[in-house]
Amino acid sequence: MDLLFTMLVPFLMLAVALWGLVRRVDLWGALTDGAEKGLKVSLRIMPPLIGLLTAVYMLRSSGALELLGELVGPLLTAVGIPAETIGLLLVRPVSGSAALGVGAELIQTYGPDSPVGRTAAVMLGSTETTFYTIAVYFGAAKIGKTRYAVPAALCADIAGFLAASWAVKLLFTTP
Amino acid sequence: MAMSWIWTVMVAAAVLCGLATGNGPAVAKGALDGAAAGVELCLSMMGVLCLWMGVMEVMERSGLAAGLSRLLRPALRRLYPDFARDKKVMDAVSANLSANLLGLGNAATPLGLEAARLMAERTPGVASDGLCMLVVTNTASLQLIPTTVASLRAAAGSANPFDILPAVWLASVISVAVGITAAKLLSRVWR
Repeated sequence: MDLLFTMLVPFLMLAVALWGLVRRVDLWGALTDGAEKGLKVSLRIMPPLIGLLTAVYMLRSSGALELLGELVGPLLTAVGIPAETIGLLLVRPVSGSAALGVGAELIQTYGPDSPVGRTAAVMLGSTETTFYTIAVYFGAAKIGKTRYAVPAALCADIAGFLAASWAVKLLFTTP
Repeated sequence: MAMSWIWTVMVAAAVLCGLATGNGPAVAKGALDGAAAGVELCLSMMGVLCLWMGVMEVMERSGLAAGLSRLLRPALRRLYPDFARDKKVMDAVSANLSANLLGLGNAATPLGLEAARLMAERTPGVASDGLCMLVVTNTASLQLIPTTVASLRAAAGSANPFDILPAVWLASVISVAVGITAAKLLSRVWR
């Protein structure tokens, strides 16, 4: 089971490549086109990341993040969420690039394989930019009365943050 | 617009807190380090991100997304009972979900918006139960392989960037389940 997850990437690559050959698609063309899209995505997220990591590094060195963590920390720790992730919880529903910046800083500062780094990564991976998504969807469908969509989506977010913290504790407590 | 406010609040909090705690010089250095870190992070993420975008492109072109979308349809009919007989809506909804699952974010959004527009034709201006469900499932991240997060971890030197997958799946399933339950419960009382 462990080996399966360690080798998940090469296994998936092989499976997708074989499937692509069976279905007779231009495998190499698709692979390089996709990588080109990846380059465009990287270039697109770089300007916001520069701006946001600047702000996050300033916040971190000013001591504001620790202060915030100390203030709200006990409340978060009581429900099992690491206090260090407070900044991520605040920006996650509002801005995808801000969440990426804050999450990246947490992962680098605490280490990618630390409990805080892992929790931040799982939170990023299991939640979305809720308010942005709601605005785009209801904007496109010209909806004014959104009824219960916002509270239901926020319930999902809160559940995601809690579940991310618990899942990391459950799956990564090394004996 | 929201970003302008978020950024200004972050910078203002850093400057004020830095002055108050005597960390002023550190804040100045932090600004310069942060800007450099933004570039470094992007560059070190680029490899893994491009690789996965490439693999996903193969998945899409070889019909994996279309196949997954067909597999999902029976379950989705139960989730959207009001639209179960509307082929156009169910097509868009299942294609949206399969694109989300495979991490084809650029493909998922137009499909989801198409579904939203079709659903809204029945009840103009008011979000129907189906539309609320569509929004709730799209605000919960359902990606099977969270590419960006994995490349973030790879950039930070993780021993195995993909070892968080089971945790991400578990958290995603719980989050979506809670969102769907909340939507179903609220749909009875919130008319």
